[in-house]
Amino acid sequence: MKARVHVMLKNGVLDPQGEAVRHALGALGFEGVKGVRQGKVIELDLADGTTEADVTRMCEKLLANTVIESYSVEVA
Amino acid sequence: MRAAVVVFPGSNCDRDLAVAFRQAGADVTMVWHKDDALPEGIDIVGIPGGFSYGDYLRCGAIAAQSPICKSVSAHAERGGYVLGICNGFQVLTETGLLPGALLRNAGLKYICKTVGLKVETSQSDFTAGYNAGDVINIPIAHHDGNYFADAETIAQLQGEDRIAFTYTDNPNGALADVAGILSPNRRVLGMMPHPERAADVGHGGTDGTALFRALAGALTTA
Repeated sequence: MKARVHVMLKNGVLDPQGEAVRHALGALGFEGVKGVRQGKVIELDLADGTTEADVTRMCEKLLANTVIESYSVEVA
Repeated sequence: MRAAVVVFPGSNCDRDLAVAFRQAGADVTMVWHKDDALPEGIDIVGIPGGFSYGDYLRCGAIAAQSPICKSVSAHAERGGYVLGICNGFQVLTETGLLPGALLRNAGLKYICKTVGLKVETSQSDFTAGYNAGDVINIPIAHHDGNYFADAETIAQLQGEDRIAFTYTDNPNGALADVAGILSPNRRVLGMMPHPERAADVGHGGTDGTALFRALAGALTTA
């Protein structure tokens, strides 16, 4: 089983990197970009029998810092 | 005072911290991240600055899961003292011993300079050597020192007098100008600035010395 975890800064948490990317896009002439949020994608290659609930626990314990980040799990 | 300084792969302020503890009279033992127990009779654990595990995933996230950190958490839960500086503060928030998190600096740049810190409380064994309201000069050197916590947590820290230091001129976007905070029992301090880099005349300043002396005073008579 493969799982893909998306980790994003929570809404309301300032994302200075996303803001810098937005500025850079503006400088390149892409004027229609109103906001950029930057996150990360973590791909997990999992042994059979690993459940989505296991992946959720991995997110809670390590992959995301839930003080500042939200996450979503996609199982393939 | 018996101090242990934790060494992670990527720590780079461990020896400076050990020197500052020793100058205050401490007996210092270095402990490796793979050790699963602290030496007997340790009063205070120092978690140094640096880039533990290359800052992979998030600053301090991997270190917080290391074998030694479980012992550090147990030490803190028993009422032991912990001082986390810079990356050490990030590790303490990742372990949950201190609330909040350290985000990328608002200006996106790594900042290395001496800054003014206001001592917000002298009511702790870390800050008893200062007077509340004192302004001291201590170096910072970080890329992720922008303190964040939800409004409720910030209000709680303020209400319980647990903000130890604030920046006089906020360099990184930290909420409420927070530079360092205390645990509820006031025995765990996390701070982004480096008092161990202002603890010898050769450093260009000695405003950090009072922190180590106050600790030595409190933990020697205890």
